[in-house]
Amino acid sequence: MVEEKRLNLPLSAGDVAGLKAGDMVLLNGKIVTGRDRVHKFLVEKRPGKEDLPFDIAGTVLYHCGPVMKKEADGYQVIAAGPTTSMRVEMYEADVIQQYGLRGVMGKGGMGDKTLRALQESGCVYLQTIGGAAAYLADRIVKTIGSWKLEEFGTTEAMWIFEVKDFPAIVTMDSNGNSLHKEIEAASLLKFKELAHLK
Amino acid sequence: MLKLLDGIVELYKKVATSLPPDVEEALKSALSLESGGSTAASSLSVILENIKRARETARPICQDTGVPVFYVKVPFGLSQNELKQTILEATREATQKIPLRPNAVDIITEKNSGDNTGEGFPIIYFEETPSGSLIIDLMLKGGGCENAGQTYKLPLEELGAQRNLEGVRKCVLDAIQKAQGRGCPPYVVGVGIGAAKDQVARLAKEQLMRKLTEVNKVDELAQLEKLILSEINELGIGTMGLGGRTTALGVKVGVNHRHPASYFVDVSLACWAMRRGRLIW
Repeated sequence: MVEEKRLNLPLSAGDVAGLKAGDMVLLNGKIVTGRDRVHKFLVEKRPGKEDLPFDIAGTVLYHCGPVMKKEADGYQVIAAGPTTSMRVEMYEADVIQQYGLRGVMGKGGMGDKTLRALQESGCVYLQTIGGAAAYLADRIVKTIGSWKLEEFGTTEAMWIFEVKDFPAIVTMDSNGNSLHKEIEAASLLKFKELAHLK
Repeated sequence: MLKLLDGIVELYKKVATSLPPDVEEALKSALSLESGGSTAASSLSVILENIKRARETARPICQDTGVPVFYVKVPFGLSQNELKQTILEATREATQKIPLRPNAVDIITEKNSGDNTGEGFPIIYFEETPSGSLIIDLMLKGGGCENAGQTYKLPLEELGAQRNLEGVRKCVLDAIQKAQGRGCPPYVVGVGIGAAKDQVARLAKEQLMRKLTEVNKVDELAQLEKLILSEINELGIGTMGLGGRTTALGVKVGVNHRHPASYFVDVSLACWAMRRGRLIW
């Protein structure tokens, strides 16, 4: 088995520089979620860091719209796998630069604009396992808070989670490497051969 | 229809929290093909562990509990309108109880209805059956894999795709190449061929309800399904798109007659969490 690297959040520029595409990691500490609406809001309204309930600099923004259950003493995470990251490609570079994220996490990888932002800002893209929602929810030890819950609803709100040994793979690093690009280029060659295309 | 309502809530629970045995078996054999320590092997191990935990703790396999799609076969004399009301009521109850993620969003206000019901939500298809039993099939179709599907109008020059099964083969490979890992492979691939866009889209999605082990009754299509499956797996996209031997678990093709001028092909992808189930009443 490949050895996983245990990462404690928030991350420093140095932590990120030590990560390369292909590394398996385990996240520990506080992360936040954000998907379509959070990204759109952050870029269009540009709320200041002080407007967010938690300083997201150095942490990981997880593309996830969890299933949450309201209990007497707050919300409980039921299921929390990743959503397709590519949908927020047009916003992510801005969000990384504006808020000083050190990681974004989701599934399926992201495009060239984000890849450049990862290099410029010292950030990595992490892929975790799509659909493994019960397994991943078990790595979230606590729901610390939320932001925009009333306005966006449970799926689209920003949740602040405390995670323990949350598994992910670095698939885009801060040196311009992307496993997604490599796989896509290789499969394109095979596709052209099978479809008899030049 | 109170008891039927309970039955549909139970169907929701079964479909959201457990995978059909044929899909789980296919994922296990996919794992056995990967070499230990690879990202594909580790991803598939987590996927199988997740399936087990979800089933044991009755939690949704995936947080995206999807768009519910119902295929209802109705015996003569039963009211479709009453059935629809029962399905809507069961959907509200299931959303609360299991719970499911509320996924129905109003186009104008962007408001989530909060209970998985809305205009055309869930999707319900009725068909009369000569049998005396009511048969309700349910699929929970996630958004990620739904977004990864494609529709083609043949002939298509950029793919060199003519109006024949060879052209269809090229379309399906193209759809997978474009989807890469974004819709959570290994995929189940539904293909519909026919005269009109709406018809082939429905036909392609319906193919996803077929068991992976089921062989197409039409020889030519059975051969095509087998060929496309093995070629998809040559692409090397793999589990979650990070490389590997299995990119699809199955390919299912359905055909309708076409218009002389038209040849539409729809490719509907399901993620590895291919959630379907049946209630017979």
